[in-house]
Amino acid sequence: MAKELWEGNAAIAEAAIRAGVEAFFGYPITPQTEVLEHFSKRLPELGRVFLQAESEVASINMVYGAACAGARVMTSSSSPGISLMQEGLSYIACSEVPVVVINIMRGGPGLGNVQPSQGDYFQAVKMAGHGDFHPIVLAPANVQEAIDYVVLAFDLAEKYRTIAMVVADGAIGQMMEPAEMPPMRPVRPPEERPDWALTGAQGREPNIITSLYLGAENLERVNLRLQAKLKEIAANEVRWKEYSTEDADLLLVAFGTVGRVCQTVVREARKAGMKVGLLRPVTLWPFPSGRIAELAEQVRGVLTVEMNAGQMVEDVRLAVEGRCPVRFYGRMGGVIPLPDEILPELEKLDKEC
Amino acid sequence: MQEAGRRIQEEIIISGFGGQGALFAGQLLAYAAMDQGLHVTWIPSYGPEMRGGKARCTVVISDEEIGSPLVRRPSAAIVLNIPSMEAFEPAVKPGGILVVNSSLVPQKSERDDIHVIYVPASDIASDLGNVRLANVVCLGALIQALGVIPLEAIERALDDHLPERHRKLLGLNKEALRKGAEYGEH
Repeated sequence: MAKELWEGNAAIAEAAIRAGVEAFFGYPITPQTEVLEHFSKRLPELGRVFLQAESEVASINMVYGAACAGARVMTSSSSPGISLMQEGLSYIACSEVPVVVINIMRGGPGLGNVQPSQGDYFQAVKMAGHGDFHPIVLAPANVQEAIDYVVLAFDLAEKYRTIAMVVADGAIGQMMEPAEMPPMRPVRPPEERPDWALTGAQGREPNIITSLYLGAENLERVNLRLQAKLKEIAANEVRWKEYSTEDADLLLVAFGTVGRVCQTVVREARKAGMKVGLLRPVTLWPFPSGRIAELAEQVRGVLTVEMNAGQMVEDVRLAVEGRCPVRFYGRMGGVIPLPDEILPELEKLDKEC
Repeated sequence: MQEAGRRIQEEIIISGFGGQGALFAGQLLAYAAMDQGLHVTWIPSYGPEMRGGKARCTVVISDEEIGSPLVRRPSAAIVLNIPSMEAFEPAVKPGGILVVNSSLVPQKSERDDIHVIYVPASDIASDLGNVRLANVVCLGALIQALGVIPLEAIERALDDHLPERHRKLLGLNKEALRKGAEYGEH
Protein backbone atom coordinates (compact mmCIF):
# COMPACT_ATOMS: atom_id res chain seq x y z
CA MET A 1 0.00 0.00 0.00
CA ALA A 2 1.30 3.46 -0.85
CA LYS A 3 2.08 6.07 1.73
CA GLU A 4 -0.56 8.66 2.46
CA LEU A 5 -0.37 11.84 4.48
CA TRP A 6 -1.92 10.98 7.85
CA GLU A 7 -2.63 13.13 10.86
CA GLY A 8 -1.44 11.31 14.01
CA ASN A 9 -4.77 11.17 15.82
CA ALA A 10 -6.73 10.00 12.78
CA ALA A 11 -3.98 7.49 12.01
CA ILE A 12 -4.24 6.01 15.51
CA ALA A 13 -7.98 5.49 15.09
CA GLU A 14 -7.66 4.04 11.58
CA ALA A 15 -4.85 1.71 12.71
CA ALA A 16 -7.10 0.37 15.47
CA ILE A 17 -9.85 -0.19 12.89
CA ARG A 18 -7.39 -2.10 10.69
CA ALA A 19 -6.36 -4.14 13.76
CA GLY A 20 -9.97 -5.25 14.14
CA VAL A 21 -11.19 -3.13 17.03
CA GLU A 22 -14.86 -3.95 17.61
CA ALA A 23 -15.81 -1.18 20.00
CA PHE A 24 -14.55 2.21 21.14
CA PHE A 25 -15.80 3.95 24.27
CA GLY A 26 -14.50 7.38 25.14
CA TYR A 27 -15.02 11.00 25.95
CA PRO A 28 -13.57 13.92 23.97
CA ILE A 29 -10.60 15.88 25.25
CA THR A 30 -8.00 18.00 23.45
CA PRO A 31 -5.46 17.18 22.01
CA GLN A 32 -6.88 13.78 21.01
CA THR A 33 -10.50 14.54 20.07
CA GLU A 34 -9.70 13.74 16.42
CA VAL A 35 -9.30 10.10 17.51
CA LEU A 36 -12.97 10.09 18.49
CA GLU A 37 -13.90 12.11 15.43
CA HIS A 38 -12.38 9.52 13.10
CA PHE A 39 -13.92 6.61 15.00
CA SER A 40 -17.34 8.28 15.13
CA LYS A 41 -17.37 8.45 11.34
CA ARG A 42 -15.78 5.11 10.53
CA LEU A 43 -17.00 2.62 13.14
CA PRO A 44 -20.75 3.01 12.44
CA GLU A 45 -19.99 2.72 8.69
CA LEU A 46 -18.37 -0.62 9.40
CA GLY A 47 -21.17 -1.81 11.69
CA ARG A 48 -18.96 -1.61 14.76
CA VAL A 49 -19.52 0.27 18.01
CA PHE A 50 -18.63 3.89 18.69
CA LEU A 51 -19.97 5.22 21.95
CA GLN A 52 -19.32 8.63 23.45
CA ALA A 53 -19.89 8.02 27.15
CA GLU A 54 -20.89 10.60 29.74
CA SER A 55 -17.40 10.63 31.27
CA GLU A 56 -14.01 8.95 31.30
CA VAL A 57 -15.07 6.93 34.35
CA ALA A 58 -18.00 5.52 32.40
CA SER A 59 -15.83 4.97 29.30
CA ILE A 60 -13.24 2.82 31.02
CA ASN A 61 -15.91 0.73 32.74
CA MET A 62 -17.66 0.15 29.41
CA VAL A 63 -14.28 -0.89 28.02
CA TYR A 64 -13.86 -3.24 30.99
CA GLY A 65 -17.25 -4.81 30.40
CA ALA A 66 -16.78 -5.27 26.67
CA ALA A 67 -13.31 -6.75 27.24
CA CYS A 68 -14.78 -9.26 29.72
CA ALA A 69 -17.21 -10.28 27.00
CA GLY A 70 -14.22 -11.02 24.76
CA ALA A 71 -14.51 -8.05 22.42
CA ARG A 72 -11.45 -6.31 20.98
CA VAL A 73 -11.91 -2.94 22.62
CA MET A 74 -10.15 0.31 23.41
CA THR A 75 -10.40 3.84 24.70
CA SER A 76 -8.43 7.01 24.20
CA SER A 77 -7.98 10.13 26.26
CA SER A 78 -5.52 12.74 27.43
CA SER A 79 -3.87 13.22 30.80
CA PRO A 80 -6.73 14.41 33.10
CA GLY A 81 -9.03 11.89 31.45
CA ILE A 82 -6.58 9.06 32.07
CA SER A 83 -6.42 10.09 35.75
CA LEU A 84 -10.18 9.59 35.90
CA MET A 85 -9.78 6.12 34.40
CA GLN A 86 -7.24 4.85 36.89
CA GLU A 87 -9.63 2.97 39.16
CA GLY A 88 -10.99 1.11 36.15
CA LEU A 89 -7.51 0.40 34.84
CA SER A 90 -6.57 -1.25 38.10
CA TYR A 91 -9.71 -3.42 38.02
CA ILE A 92 -8.91 -4.39 34.42
CA ALA A 93 -5.32 -5.27 35.33
CA CYS A 94 -6.45 -7.52 38.18
CA SER A 95 -9.16 -9.08 36.03
CA GLU A 96 -6.59 -9.86 33.31
CA VAL A 97 -8.62 -8.78 30.32
CA PRO A 98 -6.95 -7.29 27.23
CA VAL A 99 -7.54 -3.58 26.73
CA VAL A 100 -5.81 -0.91 24.64
CA VAL A 101 -5.61 2.63 26.01
CA ILE A 102 -4.26 5.69 24.20
CA ASN A 103 -2.94 8.67 26.17
CA ILE A 104 -2.17 11.75 24.09
CA MET A 105 -0.48 13.53 26.96
CA ARG A 106 -0.93 17.25 27.62
CA GLY A 107 0.69 19.78 29.90
CA GLY A 108 -0.03 19.32 33.59
CA PRO A 109 -0.48 18.97 36.47
CA GLY A 110 -4.15 19.81 36.86
CA LEU A 111 -6.25 20.87 33.94
CA GLY A 112 -2.94 22.26 32.70
CA ASN A 113 -3.05 23.03 28.99
CA VAL A 114 -3.32 21.14 25.72
CA GLN A 115 0.31 21.44 24.60
CA PRO A 116 2.65 18.44 24.14
CA SER A 117 4.00 16.90 27.34
CA GLN A 118 5.49 13.72 28.77
CA GLY A 119 4.39 14.51 32.30
CA ASP A 120 2.48 11.22 32.60
CA TYR A 121 5.52 8.93 32.34
CA PHE A 122 5.31 7.98 36.01
CA GLN A 123 1.56 7.50 35.77
CA ALA A 124 1.79 5.20 32.76
CA VAL A 125 4.88 3.26 33.78
CA LYS A 126 4.80 3.16 37.58
CA MET A 127 1.27 3.71 38.75
CA ALA A 128 -1.45 3.34 36.14
CA GLY A 129 -3.77 2.57 39.06
CA HIS A 130 -3.67 1.34 42.63
CA GLY A 131 -1.97 -1.93 43.45
CA ASP A 132 0.89 -3.85 41.87
CA PHE A 133 0.75 -3.88 38.09
CA HIS A 134 2.28 -2.34 35.00
CA PRO A 135 0.61 -1.91 31.64
CA ILE A 136 2.78 -2.47 28.60
CA VAL A 137 3.59 1.11 27.54
CA LEU A 138 4.51 1.92 23.93
CA ALA A 139 5.84 5.35 22.91
CA PRO A 140 5.73 6.24 19.19
CA ALA A 141 7.87 9.10 17.90
CA ASN A 142 6.21 9.55 14.52
CA VAL A 143 2.94 8.83 12.75
CA GLN A 144 4.11 5.53 11.23
CA GLU A 145 5.12 4.27 14.65
CA ALA A 146 1.80 5.45 16.09
CA ILE A 147 0.06 3.22 13.53
CA ASP A 148 2.39 0.28 14.06
CA TYR A 149 2.30 0.42 17.86
CA VAL A 150 -1.49 0.62 18.01
CA VAL A 151 -1.61 -2.64 16.07
CA LEU A 152 1.13 -4.09 18.26
CA ALA A 153 -0.72 -2.95 21.38
CA PHE A 154 -3.72 -5.12 20.46
CA ASP A 155 -1.49 -8.12 19.81
CA LEU A 156 0.40 -7.73 23.09
CA ALA A 157 -2.72 -6.98 25.13
CA GLU A 158 -4.33 -10.19 23.86
CA LYS A 159 -1.20 -12.31 24.08
CA TYR A 160 -0.72 -11.47 27.75
CA ARG A 161 -4.29 -10.54 28.74
CA THR A 162 -3.10 -7.19 29.93
CA ILE A 163 -3.46 -3.45 29.38
CA ALA A 164 -1.36 -2.03 26.55
CA MET A 165 -1.04 1.74 26.57
CA VAL A 166 0.18 3.85 23.70
CA VAL A 167 1.46 7.18 24.99
CA ALA A 168 2.15 10.11 22.71
CA ASP A 169 1.49 13.84 22.86
CA GLY A 170 -0.28 16.54 20.92
CA ALA A 171 2.69 17.03 18.61
CA ILE A 172 2.35 13.46 17.31
CA GLY A 173 -1.45 13.61 17.51
CA GLN A 174 -1.75 16.81 15.51
CA MET A 175 1.10 16.43 13.03
CA MET A 176 0.83 14.99 9.52
CA GLU A 177 3.39 12.65 8.00
CA PRO A 178 3.47 10.17 5.14
CA ALA A 179 2.61 6.78 6.56
CA GLU A 180 1.34 3.41 5.44
CA MET A 181 -1.68 1.69 6.93
CA PRO A 182 -1.67 -2.06 7.49
CA PRO A 183 -4.28 -4.11 5.61
CA MET A 184 -7.71 -4.50 7.21
CA ARG A 185 -7.90 -7.49 9.54
CA PRO A 186 -11.26 -9.16 9.71
CA VAL A 187 -13.17 -8.57 12.93
CA ARG A 188 -13.08 -11.67 15.10
CA PRO A 189 -16.43 -13.47 14.79
CA PRO A 190 -18.36 -14.05 18.05
CA GLU A 191 -17.75 -17.82 17.93
CA GLU A 192 -14.01 -17.16 18.12
CA ARG A 193 -14.11 -15.27 21.40
CA PRO A 194 -11.38 -16.37 23.82
CA ASP A 195 -12.34 -19.30 26.03
CA TRP A 196 -12.07 -17.21 29.23
CA ALA A 197 -14.59 -14.64 27.95
CA LEU A 198 -18.06 -14.17 29.41
CA THR A 199 -20.15 -15.28 26.48
CA GLY A 200 -23.06 -16.94 28.27
CA ALA A 201 -22.30 -20.30 29.85
CA GLN A 202 -24.41 -22.43 27.52
CA GLY A 203 -23.11 -25.99 27.59
CA ARG A 204 -20.10 -25.18 29.73
CA GLU A 205 -19.07 -24.21 33.25
CA PRO A 206 -19.45 -20.46 33.93
CA ASN A 207 -16.32 -18.34 33.57
CA ILE A 208 -15.59 -15.92 36.41
CA ILE A 209 -13.80 -12.64 35.85
CA THR A 210 -13.31 -10.55 38.96
CA SER A 211 -10.91 -8.22 40.70
CA LEU A 212 -12.28 -9.00 44.15
CA TYR A 213 -10.43 -11.70 46.06
CA LEU A 214 -11.30 -11.87 49.73
CA GLY A 215 -8.66 -13.49 51.91
CA ALA A 216 -5.00 -12.52 51.96
CA GLU A 217 -3.56 -15.78 50.63
CA ASN A 218 -6.11 -15.82 47.87
CA LEU A 219 -5.16 -12.38 46.65
CA GLU A 220 -1.48 -13.06 47.11
CA ARG A 221 -1.81 -16.02 44.73
CA VAL A 222 -3.39 -13.71 42.15
CA ASN A 223 -0.58 -11.21 42.67
CA LEU A 224 2.06 -13.88 42.24
CA ARG A 225 0.46 -14.90 38.97
CA LEU A 226 0.37 -11.26 37.80
CA GLN A 227 4.01 -10.79 38.78
CA ALA A 228 5.04 -13.94 36.92
CA LYS A 229 3.29 -12.59 33.83
CA LEU A 230 4.99 -9.19 34.17
CA LYS A 231 8.32 -10.99 34.41
CA GLU A 232 7.57 -12.86 31.20
CA ILE A 233 6.61 -9.59 29.46
CA ALA A 234 9.80 -7.93 30.72
CA ALA A 235 11.83 -10.83 29.33
CA ASN A 236 10.16 -10.87 25.90
CA GLU A 237 8.83 -7.49 24.96
CA VAL A 238 11.50 -4.83 25.53
CA ARG A 239 11.81 -2.64 22.45
CA TRP A 240 13.97 0.37 21.62
CA LYS A 241 15.69 2.11 18.70
CA GLU A 242 19.29 3.23 18.45
CA TYR A 243 20.90 5.92 16.35
CA SER A 244 24.68 6.21 15.83
CA THR A 245 25.50 4.30 19.02
CA GLU A 246 28.18 2.03 17.44
CA ASP A 247 31.10 4.33 18.20
CA ALA A 248 29.35 6.74 20.61
CA ASP A 249 31.10 7.94 23.73
CA LEU A 250 28.16 10.10 24.81
CA LEU A 251 24.59 8.81 24.93
CA LEU A 252 21.27 10.58 24.67
CA VAL A 253 18.20 8.79 26.03
CA ALA A 254 14.83 10.26 25.05
CA PHE A 255 11.44 8.96 23.95
CA GLY A 256 8.50 10.10 21.84
CA THR A 257 8.51 13.61 20.39
CA VAL A 258 11.70 14.72 22.11
CA GLY A 259 13.21 11.37 21.14
CA ARG A 260 12.95 12.38 17.49
CA VAL A 261 14.15 15.90 18.29
CA CYS A 262 17.26 14.17 19.68
CA GLN A 263 17.81 12.47 16.29
CA THR A 264 18.47 15.98 14.97
CA VAL A 265 20.70 16.66 17.98
CA VAL A 266 22.79 13.57 17.16
CA ARG A 267 23.31 14.79 13.58
CA GLU A 268 24.29 18.27 14.68
CA ALA A 269 26.54 17.06 17.49
CA ARG A 270 28.31 14.70 15.09
CA LYS A 271 28.88 17.62 12.70
CA ALA A 272 30.48 19.45 15.64
CA GLY A 273 32.79 16.48 16.21
CA MET A 274 31.09 14.91 19.23
CA LYS A 275 30.60 11.14 19.13
CA VAL A 276 26.98 11.11 20.27
CA GLY A 277 24.48 8.28 20.02
CA LEU A 278 20.79 8.07 20.88
CA LEU A 279 18.77 5.32 22.51
CA ARG A 280 15.05 5.88 22.09
CA PRO A 281 12.95 3.56 24.27
CA VAL A 282 9.93 2.23 22.38
CA THR A 283 8.54 0.33 25.35
CA LEU A 284 8.63 2.54 28.43
CA TRP A 285 7.48 -0.51 30.35
CA PRO A 286 9.23 -2.89 30.11
CA PHE A 287 12.15 -0.47 30.03
CA PRO A 288 15.30 -1.20 27.97
CA SER A 289 17.44 -1.29 31.12
CA GLY A 290 19.71 -4.08 29.91
CA ARG A 291 20.76 -2.28 26.75
CA ILE A 292 21.24 1.01 28.58
CA ALA A 293 23.46 -0.80 31.11
CA GLU A 294 25.56 -2.17 28.23
CA LEU A 295 25.90 1.24 26.61
CA ALA A 296 26.81 2.77 29.99
CA GLU A 297 29.96 0.61 29.87
CA GLN A 298 30.82 2.10 26.48
CA VAL A 299 30.08 5.83 26.95
CA ARG A 300 31.52 8.55 29.19
CA GLY A 301 28.16 10.01 30.13
CA VAL A 302 24.40 9.93 29.52
CA LEU A 303 22.02 12.84 28.93
CA THR A 304 18.32 12.09 29.36
CA VAL A 305 15.97 14.61 27.76
CA GLU A 306 12.27 14.70 28.57
CA MET A 307 9.22 16.94 28.34
CA ASN A 308 8.75 16.82 32.12
CA ALA A 309 10.70 17.52 35.32
CA GLY A 310 12.72 14.31 35.11
CA GLN A 311 10.79 11.04 35.28
CA MET A 312 12.31 8.48 32.91
CA VAL A 313 15.74 9.65 34.08
CA GLU A 314 15.09 7.69 37.29
CA ASP A 315 14.83 4.48 35.27
CA VAL A 316 17.92 5.45 33.28
CA ARG A 317 19.85 5.91 36.54
CA LEU A 318 18.60 2.54 37.83
CA ALA A 319 19.84 0.95 34.61
CA VAL A 320 23.19 2.76 34.56
CA GLU A 321 23.85 1.94 38.24
CA GLY A 322 26.60 4.49 38.59
CA ARG A 323 28.66 3.20 35.66
CA CYS A 324 28.85 6.75 34.28
CA PRO A 325 27.34 10.15 35.05
CA VAL A 326 23.68 10.61 34.10
CA ARG A 327 22.44 14.16 33.51
CA PHE A 328 18.96 15.46 32.80
CA TYR A 329 17.49 18.22 30.68
CA GLY A 330 13.77 18.84 30.49
CA ARG A 331 11.07 21.37 29.68
CA MET A 332 7.63 21.38 31.25
CA GLY A 333 4.18 22.80 30.74
CA GLY A 334 3.94 21.88 27.07
CA VAL A 335 7.29 23.22 25.88
CA ILE A 336 9.19 21.01 23.43
CA PRO A 337 12.97 21.19 23.91
CA LEU A 338 14.67 22.04 20.60
CA PRO A 339 18.13 21.02 19.37
CA ASP A 340 19.70 24.44 20.04
CA GLU A 341 19.04 24.09 23.79
CA ILE A 342 19.92 20.39 24.05
CA LEU A 343 23.29 20.77 22.29
CA PRO A 344 24.79 23.01 25.01
CA GLU A 345 23.72 20.43 27.61
CA LEU A 346 25.63 17.80 25.62
CA GLU A 347 28.66 20.09 25.44
CA LYS A 348 28.53 20.50 29.23
CA LEU A 349 28.41 16.72 29.65
CA ASP A 350 31.27 16.35 27.16
CA LYS A 351 33.46 18.67 29.28
CA GLU A 352 32.43 17.13 32.61
CA CYS A 353 33.18 13.50 31.89
CA MET B 1 15.42 20.81 -10.27
CA GLN B 2 17.78 19.31 -7.76
CA GLU B 3 21.53 19.37 -8.26
CA ALA B 4 22.93 15.89 -7.82
CA GLY B 5 24.34 15.29 -4.39
CA ARG B 6 22.86 18.39 -2.82
CA ARG B 7 21.23 17.64 0.51
CA ILE B 8 17.61 18.62 0.85
CA GLN B 9 16.62 20.04 4.23
CA GLU B 10 14.09 22.85 4.35
CA GLU B 11 12.11 24.07 7.32
CA ILE B 12 9.23 26.32 6.34
CA ILE B 13 6.93 28.26 8.63
CA ILE B 14 3.65 29.58 7.20
CA SER B 15 1.86 32.00 9.48
CA GLY B 16 -1.19 34.22 9.40
CA PHE B 17 -4.64 34.82 10.84
CA GLY B 18 -7.02 31.86 11.17
CA GLY B 19 -8.96 31.73 7.89
CA GLN B 20 -6.07 32.91 5.69
CA GLY B 21 -5.21 29.35 4.75
CA ALA B 22 -1.77 29.09 6.33
CA LEU B 23 -2.42 25.51 7.42
CA PHE B 24 -3.79 24.45 4.03
CA ALA B 25 -0.86 26.02 2.15
CA GLY B 26 1.43 23.96 4.38
CA GLN B 27 -0.54 20.82 3.64
CA LEU B 28 -0.25 21.42 -0.11
CA LEU B 29 3.49 21.68 0.37
CA ALA B 30 3.51 18.48 2.43
CA TYR B 31 1.48 16.52 -0.16
CA ALA B 32 3.75 17.75 -2.95
CA ALA B 33 6.90 16.82 -1.01
CA MET B 34 5.50 13.37 -0.27
CA ASP B 35 4.66 12.87 -3.96
CA GLN B 36 8.28 13.77 -4.77
CA GLY B 37 9.37 10.88 -2.56
CA LEU B 38 10.76 13.16 0.14
CA HIS B 39 10.39 12.89 3.89
CA VAL B 40 8.03 15.54 5.21
CA THR B 41 6.38 16.62 8.44
CA TRP B 42 3.53 19.12 8.80
CA ILE B 43 2.78 20.34 12.28
CA PRO B 44 0.30 23.06 13.21
CA SER B 45 0.33 25.32 16.18
CA TYR B 46 -2.80 24.23 17.99
CA GLY B 47 -4.72 25.23 21.05
CA PRO B 48 -7.76 27.21 22.07
CA GLU B 49 -7.81 29.40 18.96
CA MET B 50 -10.71 31.02 17.15
CA ARG B 51 -11.30 32.29 13.63
CA GLY B 52 -9.11 35.35 13.29
CA GLY B 53 -6.66 34.09 15.90
CA LYS B 54 -3.17 33.09 14.97
CA ALA B 55 -2.68 30.09 12.71
CA ARG B 56 0.71 28.68 11.93
CA CYS B 57 2.31 25.51 10.67
CA THR B 58 5.83 24.23 10.26
CA VAL B 59 6.70 22.00 7.30
CA VAL B 60 10.02 20.17 7.28
CA ILE B 61 11.12 18.62 3.99
CA SER B 62 14.18 16.40 3.85
CA ASP B 63 15.83 13.62 1.87
CA GLU B 64 16.55 11.82 5.14
CA GLU B 65 14.40 10.75 8.10
CA ILE B 66 13.19 13.88 9.89
CA GLY B 67 14.17 14.36 13.50
CA SER B 68 12.72 17.52 14.96
CA PRO B 69 9.47 18.59 13.28
CA LEU B 70 9.87 22.04 14.85
CA VAL B 71 12.56 24.68 14.41
CA ARG B 72 13.37 28.01 15.97
CA ARG B 73 15.18 29.26 12.84
CA PRO B 74 13.34 28.20 9.66
CA SER B 75 15.07 28.22 6.27
CA ALA B 76 11.96 29.90 4.84
CA ALA B 77 8.81 31.61 6.02
CA ILE B 78 5.59 32.94 4.54
CA VAL B 79 4.10 35.75 6.59
CA LEU B 80 0.52 36.57 5.71
CA ASN B 81 -0.07 39.34 8.28
CA ILE B 82 1.73 41.88 10.48
CA PRO B 83 2.03 39.77 13.69
CA SER B 84 3.58 36.95 11.64
CA MET B 85 6.04 39.40 10.07
CA GLU B 86 7.06 40.57 13.52
CA ALA B 87 7.45 37.01 14.78
CA PHE B 88 9.28 35.36 11.88
CA GLU B 89 11.18 38.04 9.94
CA PRO B 90 13.92 37.95 12.60
CA ALA B 91 13.80 34.13 12.82
CA VAL B 92 14.62 33.13 9.23
CA LYS B 93 18.11 31.62 8.95
CA PRO B 94 20.76 33.66 7.14
CA GLY B 95 20.53 32.79 3.46
CA GLY B 96 16.88 31.87 3.88
CA ILE B 97 13.73 33.11 2.14
CA LEU B 98 10.98 35.33 3.49
CA VAL B 99 7.76 35.73 1.52
CA VAL B 100 5.78 38.74 2.69
CA ASN B 101 2.12 39.36 1.87
CA SER B 102 2.78 43.04 1.19
CA SER B 103 -0.94 43.76 0.74
CA LEU B 104 -1.37 43.42 4.49
CA VAL B 105 2.18 43.93 5.74
CA PRO B 106 3.35 47.50 5.01
CA GLN B 107 6.76 47.27 6.68
CA LYS B 108 9.99 46.25 4.93
CA SER B 109 12.54 43.81 6.30
CA GLU B 110 15.74 45.40 7.51
CA ARG B 111 17.73 42.23 7.01
CA ASP B 112 20.28 41.99 4.22
CA ASP B 113 21.23 38.36 4.89
CA ILE B 114 17.98 36.81 3.63
CA HIS B 115 16.08 36.84 0.34
CA VAL B 116 12.89 38.81 0.92
CA ILE B 117 10.07 38.53 -1.61
CA TYR B 118 7.27 41.06 -1.34
CA VAL B 119 4.09 39.79 -2.96
CA PRO B 120 0.88 41.84 -2.94
CA ALA B 121 -0.84 38.51 -2.46
CA SER B 122 -4.20 39.65 -1.11
CA ASP B 123 -4.51 42.17 -3.95
CA ILE B 124 -3.59 39.57 -6.55
CA ALA B 125 -6.07 37.17 -4.98
CA SER B 126 -8.83 39.84 -4.97
CA ASP B 127 -8.13 40.58 -8.64
CA LEU B 128 -8.51 36.87 -9.34
CA GLY B 129 -11.88 37.04 -7.61
CA ASN B 130 -11.23 35.57 -4.15
CA VAL B 131 -9.08 37.20 -1.49
CA ARG B 132 -8.71 33.85 0.25
CA LEU B 133 -6.31 32.69 -2.48
CA ALA B 134 -3.55 34.86 -0.98
CA ASN B 135 -2.05 31.79 0.71
CA VAL B 136 -1.63 30.00 -2.62
CA VAL B 137 -0.16 33.13 -4.27
CA CYS B 138 2.48 33.27 -1.53
CA LEU B 139 3.09 29.54 -1.80
CA GLY B 140 3.74 29.95 -5.53
CA ALA B 141 6.38 32.61 -4.81
CA LEU B 142 8.05 30.42 -2.20
CA ILE B 143 8.07 27.26 -4.34
CA GLN B 144 9.63 29.15 -7.25
CA ALA B 145 12.32 30.73 -5.05
CA LEU B 146 13.02 27.53 -3.13
CA GLY B 147 13.62 25.32 -6.16
CA VAL B 148 13.21 22.08 -4.24
CA ILE B 149 9.72 21.09 -5.38
CA PRO B 150 8.36 21.72 -8.89
CA LEU B 151 5.31 23.95 -9.21
CA GLU B 152 3.55 21.08 -11.02
CA ALA B 153 3.74 18.97 -7.84
CA ILE B 154 1.75 21.65 -5.99
CA GLU B 155 -0.76 21.70 -8.86
CA ARG B 156 -1.15 17.94 -8.51
CA ALA B 157 -1.62 18.36 -4.76
CA LEU B 158 -4.41 20.85 -5.55
CA ASP B 159 -5.98 18.38 -8.00
CA ASP B 160 -5.92 15.64 -5.40
CA HIS B 161 -6.55 17.42 -2.13
CA LEU B 162 -8.51 20.64 -2.61
CA PRO B 163 -11.57 20.06 -0.38
CA GLU B 164 -14.75 19.16 -2.22
CA ARG B 165 -16.47 22.40 -1.22
CA HIS B 166 -13.70 24.44 -2.91
CA ARG B 167 -13.52 22.28 -6.03
CA LYS B 168 -14.94 25.03 -8.22
CA LEU B 169 -11.92 27.16 -7.30
CA LEU B 170 -9.38 24.63 -8.64
CA GLY B 171 -8.57 26.65 -11.76
CA LEU B 172 -8.29 29.88 -9.78
CA ASN B 173 -5.98 28.19 -7.26
CA LYS B 174 -3.64 27.16 -10.06
CA GLU B 175 -3.75 30.64 -11.52
CA ALA B 176 -2.97 32.10 -8.10
CA LEU B 177 -0.05 29.70 -7.76
CA ARG B 178 1.41 30.75 -11.12
CA LYS B 179 0.90 34.49 -10.44
CA GLY B 180 2.77 34.04 -7.16
CA ALA B 181 5.53 32.07 -8.84
CA GLU B 182 6.34 35.09 -11.04
CA TYR B 183 7.40 36.93 -7.89
CA GLY B 184 9.64 34.08 -6.83
CA GLU B 185 11.81 34.15 -9.94
CA HIS B 186 15.31 35.37 -9.25
